[in-house]
Parts: sequence; C-alpha cells; structure tokens
Amino acid sequence: MTQATGDQALMVLDGLTKAYPGVIANKDVSFELKRGEVHALLGENGAGKSTLVKTIYGLVKPDSGTMTLAGRPFAPSDPHTARASGIAMVFQHFSLFDALDVAENVALGMENPPPLRDLAQRIRDVSETYGLPLDPTRTVGDLSAGERQRVEIIRCLLQDPSVLIMDEPTSVLTPQEVDILFETLRKLRDEGTAILYISHKLEEIRALCDHATILRLGAVVGTCDPKSTSARDMAEMMVGGSLHVPEREARPAGDMLMQIKGLSVKSPSEFGTSLKDISLEVRAGDVLGIGGVAGNGQDELLAALSGEITAGRGQIFFKDQDIGKLKPDARRGLGLCAAPEERMGHAAAPDMSLVENAALTARKRKNLTRKGFLDWRGARSFADEIIKRFDVRTPGSGNAARSLSGGNLQKFVIGREILQDPQVLIVNQPTWGVDAAAAASIRQALLDLAAKGAAIIVISQDLDELMEISDSFAALNEGRLSAPRPTLGLTVEDIGLMLGGAHDMEVAHVD
Amino acid sequence: MDFGGVNPVLLLASLMVAATPIMLAAIGELVVERAGVLNLGVEGMMIVGSVLGFVAATGTDSAWVGFVVAALGGAGMAVLFGVLTQFFLSNQVATGLALTLFGLGLASLMGQGYLGIKAPSFPDWHIPVLGDIPVIGPIVFQHDPMVYVGLGIVAGVWWFLNRTRGGLILRAVGENHEAAHGLGYSVRRVRMLAIMFGGACAGLGGAYLSIVRVPTYAEGLTAGAGWIALAIVVFASWRPGRLLLGAYLFGGVTVLQLNLQAAGVAIPVEYLSMSPYIATILVLVIMSAGGAPGSLGKTFHASR
Repeated sequence: MTQATGDQALMVLDGLTKAYPGVIANKDVSFELKRGEVHALLGENGAGKSTLVKTIYGLVKPDSGTMTLAGRPFAPSDPHTARASGIAMVFQHFSLFDALDVAENVALGMENPPPLRDLAQRIRDVSETYGLPLDPTRTVGDLSAGERQRVEIIRCLLQDPSVLIMDEPTSVLTPQEVDILFETLRKLRDEGTAILYISHKLEEIRALCDHATILRLGAVVGTCDPKSTSARDMAEMMVGGSLHVPEREARPAGDMLMQIKGLSVKSPSEFGTSLKDISLEVRAGDVLGIGGVAGNGQDELLAALSGEITAGRGQIFFKDQDIGKLKPDARRGLGLCAAPEERMGHAAAPDMSLVENAALTARKRKNLTRKGFLDWRGARSFADEIIKRFDVRTPGSGNAARSLSGGNLQKFVIGREILQDPQVLIVNQPTWGVDAAAAASIRQALLDLAAKGAAIIVISQDLDELMEISDSFAALNEGRLSAPRPTLGLTVEDIGLMLGGAHDMEVAHVD
Repeated sequence: MDFGGVNPVLLLASLMVAATPIMLAAIGELVVERAGVLNLGVEGMMIVGSVLGFVAATGTDSAWVGFVVAALGGAGMAVLFGVLTQFFLSNQVATGLALTLFGLGLASLMGQGYLGIKAPSFPDWHIPVLGDIPVIGPIVFQHDPMVYVGLGIVAGVWWFLNRTRGGLILRAVGENHEAAHGLGYSVRRVRMLAIMFGGACAGLGGAYLSIVRVPTYAEGLTAGAGWIALAIVVFASWRPGRLLLGAYLFGGVTVLQLNLQAAGVAIPVEYLSMSPYIATILVLVIMSAGGAPGSLGKTFHASR
C-alpha cells in the first residue's frame, strides 16, 4: 500500500542552501519525494522547514543547490510557475482574505479559475467528495480556524496537484477533523499525489507518513520510517536532546477562586457562537481543560472570562466578588489574566516592540507606572525576563512582535501572563504552532503556576495536551459546556461523547 | 414651475454637472484605497490636472485635448506618490499631504499666465430622442460628454471590482497584501496601476472644474473638492454605488444653496456654504457600513 506507483522519485532536492543575514536557514538540504507517498518534514521552530517549502513553492530563491521535478530541472521564479508545474501548498498562517467570500478566496489561488458560479459548484463537489463541508458563499472572516483551513485545502485540491505541501495542517483541528483530513490525504496519496507534510505532532506523523526527513538548524540530521520509529526517538533527533514531559503531584483541593454560574452571553460576531448557561468553578491549584470542535464558543468563552465581553450580574465570581461587569483591565488588577488564541493582533500588537507589548498587559500587576508615566526601564527588564525564562528566540526586546515566528510569539504571550503571577489564568490554544520542546515547556510552566496555587483554565483543541495537564475536563458544544469530569480514568469514548461526536460537526458550525 | 425663485428642473440638471468633478476624483481614490493605498494627495492631483488641462485646452482650442493632458498630468503626480510610497516605502499619509501642498504650489506657478482667460467651449450633447423627453430629458440627457464619461467610469469601476479577475486581485491586494504576495501576485504592480488610475481620475476631475464648470482658471480653483472626494470614499464604505449617491448629494446641496443665495433667502451665506459638506457627511455617516480594506495605508515590504 505504501509503495503505490513505483519507486521513481517525483521530486529531487539536491544541496539546497539559503542564507539570510546572520542566519543560515537551509544548509545543503537534499531529499527525494516519491509519487504516492506522504513524506514528513520534521523539525523545531526555526529549523528551516518553512524556508525549504517556500523554496519549492517559488517564494524563496536558493543560494545554491538544484531541484528536479519529474526528471526535469525545476527552478520556479514565483508561485505562479510552481502552481503551473503542479505544486500546491496549504500555508501555516492562512493566506486568506477575510473580507472576500470562500469562492473568491479559492479563485485567487488558482491559475485559471472558472467563472465564480461554476467554481462555487466545484467547491461544493470537492468538499463533498473529500468530506470537508464548506459553503462557498460564506465570508472567510466569519469562519472558524478549522473551516479556514478547509478553504485552503480545497483551493489546492481543485488544481489536481502532483505535489501537495501541508505546513502544520492539524494545529487548529479537532481529532475528528484530523481524522477527516487524514482520510482526504490518504485518498490523495492513493491517487498518486506526493504529499510533503510538516508537523510537530509526532503521533500524527507516525499514523500518516511513509517517510520522514528530520531537520535541525537548517540541515538534514536524519531520516527514518516513522511507522517503525517511536515518537520519542524522532523527537530526540529533532531537538538533539531529550524531551521534557510535564510532571504532576497529587494535592488536596484548594480555595475556591472563580465561579461561573449560568453564564449566557451573546456572541459579538454575527457568525459566532453565543454562550448558553455555562457553569464551572476552579479552585487554587486546579487545571481545568476545555475541549471542543473549533467554533463552538471557545473565543466567546475566553472573551467572557477575560472581560472583553461583559456579563450580567451574578454570573461570574472571583472569590466572592461579582466581576461580571468588570472590564479586562480591572479583572487583571484582581489577578485574573488571559491569553487569547490569536496572538498577532489580539494577544500582541504586531507593530509594537516586545517591551511595549509587555507593558500593555503588565502595567498594573508589575507596577510599570510611576506618577502616571510609564516606567520603561521596568518594562524592558520585564520583557527581557520573559524572553529569558521562556526561551523566546529574538535578537532583543526592542524588536517588533511581528518579527517573531508564531511559536516564539506564543511563548512570549504565555510567558507574559504567567510572570504576572495571576491567581486565575485563562489561555486559549496555548501551544498552537509551537514545537514539541517549547510546547512541553509552556505546559510545564502552566503546571508550575498551578502548583503555586493559581487556578488555570486551558481551552484547547489538542486533546492530548488537555489530558496531559488538566485535572478535570469539560467540552464546549454549540456554546454549551458539559459538566466537568476528572481527567483521570476518562476514556476516548467518554471524550467523544462529551464533544458531541464527529457527526455533529456540520451542525456545530451552523447558527 | 418655480419654488421661491428656484427652478427644480434646472436645479436637478445642474446637480449632475456640479457632482461630476468630485465623482471623478472620488472614484479614482476608491480604486486606490481598495488596493490598500491611502493617497491624501487628491487635492494636489486635481489642481495640477485643472491647470494642465486648461493650458492644453486653450493652447489647442480643444477641450478634449485638455482632458487627456489633465489625466496624464494627474497620473504623473500619482506616479511620484507611487514611487515614493511603494518603492522607497515612505509613509503614505505624509507623502499624500506633501503631494497636495506640492500640487497647489506647482499649479499656481504654471497657471500664472492663464488667469482670467476663458476656456474653449465644450458644448452640451443633446442626445437624440432621450433628450427630448420632457422634464427628464433636460435633467439627465442634455449635458456635456464628460458627465457621461464620469458615470461610465463609475459603472466600469463597479464592474471591474465585482465581476473581473483583475478586480478580485486588486481587492485581495488591498485586503491582505501579505497573503496576496504569498499567492504570487505582484503587490507593487497592482498598487502602482491603481495609484496611476486614481491620479488620472483626479486630473480629469480638476480639468472638469477649469474647462467646464467655472470655466476659467483661477488660483485655488479646487477649493477643497479633493478632500470632499476623500471623505466621500470613506463614507461610501468603498462602494461605487454609494459613492455615486454621495457625489450627487454633495452636488445637489451645492447647487441648491447657490440657488437659495441667488434667491435671497434670509439665511446667512456662510451657513449655506457650509451646508453641502455637512449634509453629505451626515447622510453618509448614517448610511456607512462595512469596513475599510484590511491593508489600507500599510506599507508593504516583501521580506516581512
């Protein structure tokens, strides 16, 4: 099954090197990609995976080295040429246009798109064939992360690519969505498509991929057959050291810190999910994990807890105080910090420096004002502390948030909230797009915070992550929260039932 | 058929003429902004268009030559803006303001020998059949050709933006320039073309003032029309249909207040002169919906 259509290499990369000022992104990278195989490209953030696939896609010109495609030299000057040669790519940071609708977004990624009406029909056809429900007339800005990815995938599939590049495709998907995606990819592979698959999630690679090439610091450090190699071995090749797994100690129940009683709020977005009658409580030292399919009220729940959306009286209590009407700044002052999912533009201001971004949320809790003026020295040392403690890779705290890679910015955002010593911390997708080692350290930091007596609410679509760090688990479904249950002893079936099951996926996105 | 010395047919007829310069400038700026560029130099490009158009028209005794030269002049000014902002990555707001100041100075320099001269005549079209319809004929179908050229440009822009692939790419570039670049579209090229189109339209609008509406050249002829055009684009939510409405509303109140002044209504002239600006902004604020293009005014650099 794995050797679908012959052994002849479809694409050969030979000695690709690309240097940027101060950093070598790719160093003498060579490997082969065969027809009908799923080839994993593994590596930490900054290992050079993105540069490599951008080279294949014609966005980056290598300094030296050659590529051949189907036996002929291949040197795309721009993405148009690459697409015309049969290369398609699903980006890690979605290359979508919020104000345009699904069909228009798809048309923009195609070389010779049919008229929009025909295209809409083809989108419906392909989305049904591959089990990726999508309405071509929806505006992309109103779609959930999972749905946005479907737009990208369908855009690629409509061009019948011979090579499909997937850059971190599952980081925003639920297990059910991942299963659907894998079915799609296996189907494509069996049709003879070569798939280059980039991911941090080793178990996924083991489940899906036929071959793996591992990159570290821009160079190939090993290859393996992921089906017969353990995740731990692959991770160690990737980080060049051993992996840190979070630890937990048993402890007695702490004081009540936060209580939500029958919280109902309307979503500010027309296509968002309103929260309906949500109740939960967290005590000192608790880690509550909240799972669910994307777009089932995660963003709204975070906003309601952080204070971006205010609630009615008697719905949200911090210790004994009713804080439903308080805004984020006031809640922060009390010791309730939050880190939203979207780091660029929501958790951090992209064009402001890390120092400014640190000062923006930590002003109150870290006493960064003196007589109404900002204490820049204090802010700088706070930013430097975050960078040091959370291993944020950046030349310095004066750099703009925009210049950081997604994973590094995520480390900064989480670190900024944790170092403010919150009593309650709410995070949404804390390790989205972060490599395995950094994700493990973020999780450990969350656990350390809980061990110091804080309560933590983790909203995530990564179930493994939730099982690993949380004491109790609840699921969001269409804006309703299931009753939290202790994580210990929870089976996959239980979780599936709590999430509402894969068959509800379409329903979950309507209204 | 007069109401207090104001003839409604003549009023509505002159409304279309009064609205045309602003409509031309605004539709150009609309395209520029939909491509994600904020060019505050509309006023400057208009006045340069008005003086160049007037000079060419009086020199060749042909209004048409005047309009072509004005469009080229406006586009030339826009290229200056485009090169500075797209290639040298200068700040768009500052560059646009500088372009206006530069244009005003350049225009008064070039127009020195042309003050008080009358523009060559530019006769109205009397469109057969349609122009003979009572009431509607004189209001809609008995104007000079540029009125219809302007309407044609608005309709063309609507069609281009909503029905063509080029328009889709232009909107994509304005919405998210990084994603458009990632898909392989040339952000700079799309924006330069949009900026030049915007300049040409502003030039036409300026020339319409000096050749048809006034019709002579005077210093400071545009008198803020470029700024109103900018405001109309924003309040029209970047949509050509609403832009047409905004321009006609502005033109209508302008003409009405002039007529009221002439009729000697007992309202201070200053209030009447203010009224078109206030009315246009009020109505469009009430109507306004829909956001700005996502990348509006942001500098694009391919390496980020």
